[in-house]
Amino acid sequence: METLVFALLNGVIYGLLLFMLSSGLTLIFSMMGVLNFAHASFYMLGAYLAFTIMEGTSFWIALFLAPVLVGLVGMVVERYGLRRVHAQGHVAELLFTFGLAYLIDELVKIFWGRTAVNYRVPELLDFPLFTLYGAQYPAYRIFILFVAAFMLVALWYLLKKTRAGLIIQAALTHPNMVGSLGHNVPLIFMTVFGVGCALAGLAGVIGGNYFVTDPAMAVQMGPIVFVVVVVGGLGSLEGAFVAAMLIGLLQTSAISINASLADIFGFLGLGPHTEVGEITIASMAPMLPFLMLVLILMIRPRGLMGDREI
Amino acid sequence: MTDMTATYAGLEPTRAEKFRQRTVPLILFALVLLVIPLFNPSRSMITLLNHMGITIVFALSYNMLLGRAGLLSFGHAVYMGLGGYFAVHVMNWVAEGTGFWGAVPIFSMPAFGFGAGALAGAIIGWPSCRRSGTPFAMISLGVAELVAAAGFMFDSLFGGEMGVSADRMAGPEFLGLSLGPVDEVYWFIAFWTFIGVLGTYAFTRTPLGKLSEATRDNAERVQFVGYNPQRVRYLVFIFAGAFAGMAGGMSAVQDEIFTPESLSLVPSGAILIATYVGGIRYFTGPIMGAIVMTYMGSNLSDYTVGWLLYLGLMFVGVVMFLPNGIAGIVYGTADTLRAGRLGEVWQSWLLRLAGLVLIAVSVITIIEVAFRWSDGYGEVFEPFGLSLATTNPLTWILGVLPLVLGVVLVLKAAKGESK
Repeated sequence: METLVFALLNGVIYGLLLFMLSSGLTLIFSMMGVLNFAHASFYMLGAYLAFTIMEGTSFWIALFLAPVLVGLVGMVVERYGLRRVHAQGHVAELLFTFGLAYLIDELVKIFWGRTAVNYRVPELLDFPLFTLYGAQYPAYRIFILFVAAFMLVALWYLLKKTRAGLIIQAALTHPNMVGSLGHNVPLIFMTVFGVGCALAGLAGVIGGNYFVTDPAMAVQMGPIVFVVVVVGGLGSLEGAFVAAMLIGLLQTSAISINASLADIFGFLGLGPHTEVGEITIASMAPMLPFLMLVLILMIRPRGLMGDREI
Repeated sequence: MTDMTATYAGLEPTRAEKFRQRTVPLILFALVLLVIPLFNPSRSMITLLNHMGITIVFALSYNMLLGRAGLLSFGHAVYMGLGGYFAVHVMNWVAEGTGFWGAVPIFSMPAFGFGAGALAGAIIGWPSCRRSGTPFAMISLGVAELVAAAGFMFDSLFGGEMGVSADRMAGPEFLGLSLGPVDEVYWFIAFWTFIGVLGTYAFTRTPLGKLSEATRDNAERVQFVGYNPQRVRYLVFIFAGAFAGMAGGMSAVQDEIFTPESLSLVPSGAILIATYVGGIRYFTGPIMGAIVMTYMGSNLSDYTVGWLLYLGLMFVGVVMFLPNGIAGIVYGTADTLRAGRLGEVWQSWLLRLAGLVLIAVSVITIIEVAFRWSDGYGEVFEPFGLSLATTNPLTWILGVLPLVLGVVLVLKAAKGESK
């Protein structure tokens, strides 16, 4: 029971962070058809910028300023990089973002060094909020929960209830028609790209001190974000949400399961001291998202809730 | 009707043309491979050449997918890794020398890698090749992550963090090569590099090779003509995996070790960069890319800690401005010279070259100064006796002025050319 509750809580928080990261990517992917390889690099950039801003001022300024800065960088990348490569087709676009991720990784290593930086939880939130089954639960995690939930509601409101959201939704599926109606589609693309990157940056700001802020964080997070987008389905934020939650819960609960394969498949004659039998469920947790990715692409290429195939 | 066939027959290259275009380059390549040892290269140079040979075969196999079939894979190192792992295990069986394995020469390892790579391609390719484009890229990414994770999990097969090592001097000698010293390994690598180049080139001449290009350009039409694009992709994938496995077998003999790292996304990304920078639209592009990238990887790292950054900049630059890569420059220049148009273009070429050099001066200054500043050791970047500290105004002048000037020159050159 104890492990279950903690796994659930942590899983939900991880899932919400994942959703924050992948919501921008889903929008960008559905609208422009670009699977942005550098998306997780913007997440890393957010964390590092927040660390620097926090050293100079405070965490609360970083919470607002860092995502805005990351968003601006994203807009510049779209305007002067992606738009230029767009004419050469999807493979060139994918390769461009791949190279960009590589560059951001190296630049981060130049500016902030190769080891992890000491990006810490702000003191105001650095206390145990409540005690559950004798274990203390940090307040910062609940703070993440609230920021993510707020962002979720704000994004939903923006997309479903405002005129701007209406145009964005139309541009998702019918960019040419939207253009014919007199809207500046390239500008919409640039804005969405920027906002998507800003969301990734926000996830970095609040996730960087929850996990570790080091140059490897983009490489670790990047592929998982793809999994969320692909499993959720093209053009569907709801799908991305469900997929993010699913992966968050799956991974955190798998980590807390101590059983080995021999315990589960022992009845098939799998010995506890054979190589396969010794593998624990916990050690398989990092593989689960990719297994899901491959299976989804094979069985249901449109994802859980996608409106079309990739 | 007979008129039509007559005109088509006229379009076919003559025997002499075929010989000049297809056979002569291969003979030249073989000659180069034979002549290199006459220059008495140093041991480290030979090791570098050996790695170049391995990367050439690997890059060519990757281009069977990316350039020829239009399939972007993020996990091609999986096939090289699995082929290489199988070769390392075979080498250990040879060292034990029982039964059949006692008679197998180490020289034949790439053939075993070829088989293992083909098998891996046949198994993994089955689910991957049903789709092309982004889904294919995503599946290759997922598969690469899965295989790399499995590599760290099954220690008896992959040797854990330490990897599996072997001894290339075991087993019977072949052609009098003990494969002990690196210059003997050179002949081994040279032989298999030639086989790899020959094989991948021959593949482009087969109906399957032609069909893979047709599938890349228009899969629907291929279907109308009566071929199954899925099957074409699948077969090409198997061959690409096989040649990658062959490169793995070569690497197993050269380095005598394989670690699970070699299955991960890092070497897959590196070969993608090498192939693309070389130029995916030409058969020789990946060869050029492999040579340049291997050379840079081993030598540039002696000069600067930031060589990965330069590599990344080069890759992004090629993707944005030079989609035909190094081979595009080489063949473009050759075509212009042959057509005798040098007189028209030399001014814009000179302008562009000057602009690029100026941009490079700025970029290198900025990067090197930034690296030394971030290290915090107080080291100063001192090219040609200049002392470029962050406080020196010359640093900032060199960092900005040539960049602006260079961009202006390049833009001017582009304008002049479009006229």
